Amino acid sequence: MFRNQYDTDVTTWSPAGRLFQVEYAMEAVKQGSAAIGLRSRSHVVLACVNKANNELSSHQKKIFKVDDHIGVAIAGLTADGRVLSRYMRSECINYSFTYEAPLPVGRLVVQLADKAQVCTQRSWKRPYGVGLLVAGLDESGAHLYYNCPSGNYFEYQAFAIGSRSQAAKTYLERKFETFVDSSRDDLVKHALIAIRETLQGETLKSSICTIAVVGVGEAFHILDQETVQQMINAFEIVAEDEPPAADPGTSAGEGGATAEGGAPAEEGAAPMEI
Amino acid sequence: MTKEHANWSPYDNNGGSCVAIAGADYCVVAADTRMSTGYNVLTRDYSKICKLADKAVLASSGFQADIKALQKHLAARHLIYQHQHNKQMSCPAVAQLLSNTLYYKRFFPYYAFNVLSGLDSEGKGCVFTYDAVGSYERVGYSAQGSGSTLIMPFLDNQLKSPSPLLLPAQDAVTPLSESEAIDLVKTVFASATERDIYTGDRLEVVVLNADGIRREYMELRKD
Repeated sequence: MFRNQYDTDVTTWSPAGRLFQVEYAMEAVKQGSAAIGLRSRSHVVLACVNKANNELSSHQKKIFKVDDHIGVAIAGLTADGRVLSRYMRSECINYSFTYEAPLPVGRLVVQLADKAQVCTQRSWKRPYGVGLLVAGLDESGAHLYYNCPSGNYFEYQAFAIGSRSQAAKTYLERKFETFVDSSRDDLVKHALIAIRETLQGETLKSSICTIAVVGVGEAFHILDQETVQQMINAFEIVAEDEPPAADPGTSAGEGGATAEGGAPAEEGAAPMEI
Repeated sequence: MTKEHANWSPYDNNGGSCVAIAGADYCVVAADTRMSTGYNVLTRDYSKICKLADKAVLASSGFQADIKALQKHLAARHLIYQHQHNKQMSCPAVAQLLSNTLYYKRFFPYYAFNVLSGLDSEGKGCVFTYDAVGSYERVGYSAQGSGSTLIMPFLDNQLKSPSPLLLPAQDAVTPLSESEAIDLVKTVFASATERDIYTGDRLEVVVLNADGIRREYMELRKD
């Protein structure tokens, strides 16, 4: 993407009908470290890579609990993500104060998308530079949504965002048909393998990744490091080899282009059209 | 020259009594379960006790609609606190929050007479007693509600040692054991039920200690 005379203002259209500031915001998401989400009928798992800038600092917090039944993983400008998480928490608290019931995930995601859209149509604002994977459970089941800086959102069976997410997406596309009936532990295992795909050879250990789970009878919570390390060891995911033969339900069919909403943009088409 | 008075009041008193006693490593909270209006009983099965945090339990007597709204408000604030601090609120923190929340409505108060109790950061029992607009004090024991005038003098007699005439008042965290405190509370309510028409039906006792929270019930006179 190159600089041009139509990209200064978010409220300036290009002659090709694109809003470059919004597209640049989506670039910021692609630069962030990877975040992955996948769901079964009853559980949703979020996983992300935690890279500290240097050995002395702590790593960025990328997974936030929004309510007992909703959590979010972010990629991109984490400060924007923190602010949006605070908004989401506030919305959940207000909804359950009024209705004494948990906020349905689909509603929250729409409110978030509308909030993002406002920033694409005001000259004194800028789009949020963060992509959100919203994982939640409500009466209609387990859900995983991706919220884009453009104000678009989609529901996914599995998705990955951030840098080197294509490697994870390829793995998820191969396996996603088995997720619907996967057990909770298998879902976490798939998430760990997908994370490993984004690491490109680096050893997978619990100090560089964070896993969070929400499911039927299980409130949203982040797994502690020991549990994650045990699961990594148990599934022997450390090396770059194929997952062990104990992997149930390995689909013989190709995932390929049937991945929900995962089609890559053709050259020149605005990404928001997907 | 007589002032015109409103023919409608936003408040009502649903009656009932609340008591709390702080021990060295436990806390006992008790309230009756009768909800009334005027001379009528609305229900014999309404809890006046609400857990706000792991170590903070609120018992409130007065206008239950205001109390419900107050409890919901505090619960929402507690959620925000947990999101921001990654831990539960301590009892003294809840005490200050409750005081601020009550004073916020200084000119249209919550008609709620509260006793907040729990374990402080050192694990010792603590009881905070309030008026309707948030004035509060940490004490060793307290009673609020319609039976408080009957209960409080008896608690003073049993728990305030040595003599109530001596100054300064000594720290009244009771030397009683947990089971002795529970027995005292049951006795106190049995007596209050005899003379206070708004107290009765059933007694709910909640005990907080290092092992967690536990609840007991005892039948009271229903007349």
